Amino acid sequence: MTVNVGVSAAPARSPWQGRAAEFARTRGSLIALIVLVVAFTAGNPRFVSLQNIHSIADAAAIVAVVAVGQTFVILMGAIDLSVEGVMSVSGVTISLLVANDRNSLDLGLLAIPVVLALGALIGFAAGVANTRLRIPSFMATLGFWAIGLGAATVLFGGSPPIIEQQSFLDIGLGHIFGFTKISYIALAVVLFAWVLQRYTRFGRYAYVIGGDESVARLSGINVDRYKILIFTFSGTMFALASILATSELGVGDANTGTGYLFTAITAVVIGGTLLSGGRGGIMQTLIGSLVIAVIVNGMILVGINPLAQQGIEGAIILLAVALTGWPLRRPLRVIK
Amino acid sequence: MSAAAQLEQTGILPEDAPVLRVEGVTKDFPGVRALDDVTLELRRHEVLGLVGENGAGKSTLLKVLAGVTPSDSGRIVVRGAPATYHNVAGAQRTGIGMVFQDQALIPNVTVAENIMLGAEGGAVRRGLYRWRELNRRAQVQLDKIKARVSPGALTESLSFAERQLVELAKVLGIEERIDAEPIVLLDEPTTVLEREEIETLFAQIERLRTCASVIFVSHRLDEVLGVSDRVYVMRDGKCVAELDPKTSDVHELHLIMVGRGLSESYYQEAEQREPEPAEPRLSVQGLTLPRHYENVSFDVLPGEVMGIAGVQGSGREDVCRTLFGALAQKSGQILLDGRPARLASPAEAVQAGIGYVPADRRSEGIIGQMSVAENMTLAHIWRVLRGLVIDRGAEDRLAREWIDRLAIKVPSHRAQAGNLSGGNQQKLSLAKWLVSDRLKVLVLDHPTRGLDVGAKAEVYALVRQLSDRGLAMVLLSDTLEETIALSHRIIVMKDGEIVDRLDAPASAKPTQVAVVEKMV
Repeated sequence: MTVNVGVSAAPARSPWQGRAAEFARTRGSLIALIVLVVAFTAGNPRFVSLQNIHSIADAAAIVAVVAVGQTFVILMGAIDLSVEGVMSVSGVTISLLVANDRNSLDLGLLAIPVVLALGALIGFAAGVANTRLRIPSFMATLGFWAIGLGAATVLFGGSPPIIEQQSFLDIGLGHIFGFTKISYIALAVVLFAWVLQRYTRFGRYAYVIGGDESVARLSGINVDRYKILIFTFSGTMFALASILATSELGVGDANTGTGYLFTAITAVVIGGTLLSGGRGGIMQTLIGSLVIAVIVNGMILVGINPLAQQGIEGAIILLAVALTGWPLRRPLRVIK
Repeated sequence: MSAAAQLEQTGILPEDAPVLRVEGVTKDFPGVRALDDVTLELRRHEVLGLVGENGAGKSTLLKVLAGVTPSDSGRIVVRGAPATYHNVAGAQRTGIGMVFQDQALIPNVTVAENIMLGAEGGAVRRGLYRWRELNRRAQVQLDKIKARVSPGALTESLSFAERQLVELAKVLGIEERIDAEPIVLLDEPTTVLEREEIETLFAQIERLRTCASVIFVSHRLDEVLGVSDRVYVMRDGKCVAELDPKTSDVHELHLIMVGRGLSESYYQEAEQREPEPAEPRLSVQGLTLPRHYENVSFDVLPGEVMGIAGVQGSGREDVCRTLFGALAQKSGQILLDGRPARLASPAEAVQAGIGYVPADRRSEGIIGQMSVAENMTLAHIWRVLRGLVIDRGAEDRLAREWIDRLAIKVPSHRAQAGNLSGGNQQKLSLAKWLVSDRLKVLVLDHPTRGLDVGAKAEVYALVRQLSDRGLAMVLLSDTLEETIALSHRIIVMKDGEIVDRLDAPASAKPTQVAVVEKMV
């Protein structure tokens, strides 16, 4: 996490330096995306084929939904580590509520709002733990990760419930103009979140709380209320991501969420949203999600050894974050 | 007929009735009575000056009035009706708004959002922002003080003075919300402003007089006398005097504030000894960093205090940061005792024997949660290391020695540093460097900022002692008076360059006018 120390510690910087830093933070990820696309296309022209673009969009979609939820939390200076727990319990729950081979509940598509409400409830509880029990968000959401995973394991009961609801499976398998339905849903989520960020009190107060929480309190804002709302929203987004992933998978799995925490936070940070809060936004998170999808997809297309891909992915991500933050470096800038 | 009775009968307040009455307000903090039966009143369209030493209770009184801190007893009567609020929002609904000492604005949102924060009213409908309406309403507030700031601008892109205007505009917004003229509390807003910005601010206070009633707290006594209609003096949590500025002067205020007057020996100029001719301890040669400072050269002898005068943007702050390794120069070099020193980071500067006493001691000088002893050995932990472990006994002895030598007032050397008063924190942040026997150069960045008269005098005495010890010092100060009195020599910087060099021996101090002429 980065913290800017008091005004007098920050050396006076020329306007040019300030602009360069701001440019790198807000546009660096876009430039990185363009550079990556050009590089991978040079390595394999098929990278920019329509078919491959469809698959990149699909790969970025679910990450983007998780990252959208995470963005508001990080904007207000907190973090939500419950991603994988919420996704796991949501994934198993939805498979047990639609038509499946395990029980005869069969709520049909009504199961979707029920599971979204479950995600919202977990987020709400994490928000209450954070604001009322005064547990740091890092620890509170870590707890709900474990609780979610534990509940999923119990519900899972050893073998995956197989989903028999065709209308639900259609969400994951259907295409419109070549793009998966999931890509469109993710795009709609991003646009909705952008409106939230730009035009609603919910979104603006995420910036305000991340900018200076004590000032927000002194201005008579019910900070706790907005924090709880933001965690509720992130929990809902994680549940939505899990519903989309499960509809693709066709079975309920306690491991549905595995890997999404790292990827989503990386997407947010690469996008240029600062972990210290207050700066960044949804559109940058969208670009961050695309950068990661492009890296993963491009490595396959240019024929990098699959066994080495995960390690290389990690290295490229560190490099991207370091480059994005390069102009922000100052001798007395505190990084935690 | 009492104001309250008249209000009840007619629904309007008589013109000369106080808009605010504080009646017997008392506030205790653990171990100290911050406010002791304070009674005062504020009249309509009045600017009320509130002065006193640090710890006299001024800030606490404002915080009680603004709803930040509850009082223990007594009552506050606003426009004839007893106030019942117990938080900032409640105080604002009653019509009281405060401009805080450390600017209370959100840096990463727009000016309009800050001005309307928490009180967006019709500019936000069902949670949805109507930006045009929000900007329009913010503009109304900015217009009241004729501030030329765009409501759509990002707050952090503004200068300090512009942000001050935004704060004022934010407080003035109370007027529309409660349909009455606001009571504005201004807490020491001038401490870090440069001369020109101070003048702008005082012009704003004049303007406020027409649309609000103001309580104004400041350490700048001459300015308080200039702008106020009445002045209350506080001491030890009590209001000890009410003065008419027309018939009072700064000297009289000093007398009442401290119970003693400022004598000739305030700066201990008689203690100033001229350094022996010697090799310079610190030699700065042709230091250049484009856009910050250009070709800066000066020598400081052992035992000499070199004052650097200059306005904001003169580059003097950046030169000091370079001396301490926090900002790298493009060209030129720094010599310590004749040898070139590599100062690429603060850690290397400390190694080389340079200490830095920062202006903002709370965030940069001391670590509040750590003990006095731990703070003292922070920069020179090797003094108390035995192998790889800290020798607590040695640390204790060292801490006790310096607590005695600097007369730091602490309950124990294991007390939390954050609980000390400002003056004692500043001594501690000095002690942090003095414990080192390698210390050659001390950079004093506004060493008395925010300190009261008594604590300042102690810092001056310390500077004299350190000078006798052969330390070379570089001084940046808030006031010219202080710079001239403490320094042996003064360099004047303007637009990044040295424009003048003056000698300031105890016997022939230059006048302030002589220095100011070169600064601007």
